Order: sequence, then structure tokens, then C-alpha cells
Amino acid sequence: MENDNLKRTPLHAAHLRAGARMVPFGGWDMPVQYAGLKAEHQAVRENVGMFDVSHMGQFRFRGPGALDFLQHVTPNDVSKLRPGRAHYNWLPSEEGGLVDDIYIYQAGEQDYLMVVNAGNIAKDWAHLQAQAGSYDMQMTDESDQWVLLAVQGPKAAATLNELTDADLIAAKRNSFFAGRLLDHDVFFARTGYTGEDGFEVFVRAEEGEALWDALLAGGITPAGLGARDTLRLEAGFPLYGHEFSEDIHPLSSTYAWVVKDKPYLGRTKMDEAPRQKLIGLKLDKIPVREGYPVMLNGENVGVVTSGSTSPTLGHPIAMALVDVAAADAEAFEVEVRGKRHPAGRTELPFYKAK
Amino acid sequence: MTNPTELKYASSHEWLAGDGKVGITHHAQDQLGDVVYVELPEVGREVTAGEAVAVVESVKTASDIYAPASGKIVAVNEDLEGSPEKVNESPFEGGWLFQIEVSEEGEGLMDAAAYEAENG
Repeated sequence: MENDNLKRTPLHAAHLRAGARMVPFGGWDMPVQYAGLKAEHQAVRENVGMFDVSHMGQFRFRGPGALDFLQHVTPNDVSKLRPGRAHYNWLPSEEGGLVDDIYIYQAGEQDYLMVVNAGNIAKDWAHLQAQAGSYDMQMTDESDQWVLLAVQGPKAAATLNELTDADLIAAKRNSFFAGRLLDHDVFFARTGYTGEDGFEVFVRAEEGEALWDALLAGGITPAGLGARDTLRLEAGFPLYGHEFSEDIHPLSSTYAWVVKDKPYLGRTKMDEAPRQKLIGLKLDKIPVREGYPVMLNGENVGVVTSGSTSPTLGHPIAMALVDVAAADAEAFEVEVRGKRHPAGRTELPFYKAK
Repeated sequence: MTNPTELKYASSHEWLAGDGKVGITHHAQDQLGDVVYVELPEVGREVTAGEAVAVVESVKTASDIYAPASGKIVAVNEDLEGSPEKVNESPFEGGWLFQIEVSEEGEGLMDAAAYEAENG
């Protein structure tokens, strides 16, 4: 199938060479799998896998007003960052939902990089520009300038460490630093979205394909968005458009720690108590999907936001948004094609790395 | 994998055998990826060609399976309850889904050559 209207990352041809099946995702033509979802999932859980996440957006904020601006548009405390450190953060809307969930990396003094979800790049940019007004800083959309590779798995650090001058073994979680990887100048971040240790590697767009090919040749398994989704679901990570949106109170999630006591855009609505809570469900056999109704004592109390059969656990798992009053119940039912199936509540995350 | 010439094929990727057995093609299982659950119709149910009568779930997604013929469901593949991966491993044999006592075949069923032409 041709996807002519979809955007392509600089690695598009490399994905086709690697035998990827391509699907539309957030306006992009992306690899959903190569050899197979389960094998790719397992490679990341037990060894090392690599994802092309170049479709994600990168915005740069530079100048004396950059910190104040980022403090204004996000609820986490950006002043706690230092050059070489990164954190997870949000872009709240004034209406009570999230414009996006993001990562902020402090690259240097008065120099920050924000990574945003692929499908939200244009929306985020407009939202941030509308707030930028009087702040003494420059914001630049660098989304086309970077290839971003997520190299993830228990052997990610040891594998990459052989190929770089940087000390990846000693690097701390959420650290961000420059290094030479094979023949390429890159930035490493010890971050990820799989529930495993790993690095995200920023390389200049024009060098991305050569680096990707070299890492594949070094024995790292390519992994697609299919495995990325099952990995993040097992790890209990919310995905924008599923667990977060313009309409979902972000404090329904287990991420209340993001919000610090400081002034920021959207705080008024954030301070209201959420009416729903995000819970984990497990089922015996039947997979449940986004949108399926969640029932308690015959009443519809919520909806599945993400669901799949867990490749690691071997049974179906799901995240669901349910009414706060129902959230402590142990035994729910999920309606699948008109029939109700038992679903037990379980703690998030479903899986924790050893 | 070649599509057996003795089967008939629907453009929605089901195959129909002479004895009324129904499954999905190698191409379909390859597109779906790892099958983790199969929901089969009740034996004795009367179905109409084109009606969604079963669901094959992969890790990624749930796909409706349409009856390629009208008639009565006379058997289902109970092995799939414990081993849904048979749909991937053996789509034309051990991974069959259900059997119809055919009263009338659906319109537009194709032979193997025509199905392959449609699916490149």
C-alpha cells in the first residue's frame, strides 16, 4: 500500500531494506514490525533492540528567558535541571487536559531541547508560540535536523559502550551528554520508553542512516512501533492519545509527581481533583482494546485506554480510566463484542525490569 | 507460501474448502502477526455469506472473519483455544477456524491465481 501523504523519517529506505512492514502513525509512514512483534519485544526485554523515533519533534529554546518560559508552560520544575540533565514533563492546556507530554533536556546554560510526540508537533508549536510573547529567548523547530534512535534493553549500555568514547556504563539515568559513536558525533540520553535500561541517541539527520546501518550490522535488533507499544504498555507508561489527551485530567494517571508547587499555565484546572483514575487490568485470555467498556456490578464505570496481550506475561493486560469511586474495586468486567469478561485490577506497572 | 489450488478465496482473505472448512490465508496471518486469541462461532449457528462470524486477535489488533458461504456451522477448531498460534504456523491446515455445511457459496470467491493477482 502506498502512503503518499505520509511523512517519512530519514531512515525510511533503511526500514524497507530491513524488511519492515510500514503503517501510518501520527501522520508518518513508520515501521510497525520487522521480523515479528514478539521477537522484537523479547529482544528489548532480554538483549538489545533499536527503534527509529525520528518522527518525534525537537524544539530548541535558547536565551536568558528560556528557563522562565519553560517554567511558565510546564508543571515540573525546570529550574532543577542542570546542563546534562533531562526530565519528563507536560504541556498542560488551560482547559484541564494536556496539549502533550514531553521530555526536556538541558543542553547548556540557557539552552534547552524539548522532545514532543510526532502527532502533536504542529499543535505544540502553535501552543508554545502563542505563549512565547515577551520572553527573551529564541525557539526553533529542529524536528527535521535530528534522527533519534532509541537503543533499549539490558544489554544496550554494554553494546553501545564498545562503540563510543563516552562512558555509558557510568552514565546516570536522565543524563544527557555528547559523544562520538562509531564515526558520528551524537548526543546520548539515558532515557527510554520501554521499561528497560537504554539510551536515546540524537544524531544529525544526514548521518542517521549510516549510523542506523552500522548499529544493525553490529547485531542490534531493529524493533517497530508494535513492540514499542507492547513494551510501554507492560511498563505502565501512558501514551498521548490514549491515557493522556486534551480531555483527560492528567492527574488521573500515576504521574502526580510531575506536578510541582509553582505557578504555570493551566494550574487552575490541574488543581481540581480528577474524577477518573487510571488502573491496570489483567484478563485470562481474551484481549481487550481501546474503547471497550469497563463494568462494575453491571454499571459502566469506565473505558479501556490501551490493551494487548502481554508478550512477557503471556496474558492480556490493559490500562483503563474508571470513575474514582470505582477505582479501588478488585474485580471488574470488560465488555468485548457484547459479552462481559472478568478483568482483575492489578498494580501498575505490569512489568518491572529485573 | 503458495495458496492451495483446491481452495476458494474471498477478497477479505478467508479460504473455503470443498468440505466447508474455513480459515485465513498465509498472507492474512502474515499481515496480522502473532495470533493470540481466536473467537469462534457457536456450532449450530446459521450464518450468511459475508457475515462477521469469528474474530482473530493478534498482539496488535482484532480482525473480523467473514463467512465465505451461507449455511450452518457444524464444527469449530477447538485446538485453537489452547494453541491460537496454529493460525500462523499452519493457516491452511491445522489452523482452520470453523466448518460450514454450505447451502450457498458467497459471491465473488476466487481461485488461487486470482487471489494471488489481487494480493501482489
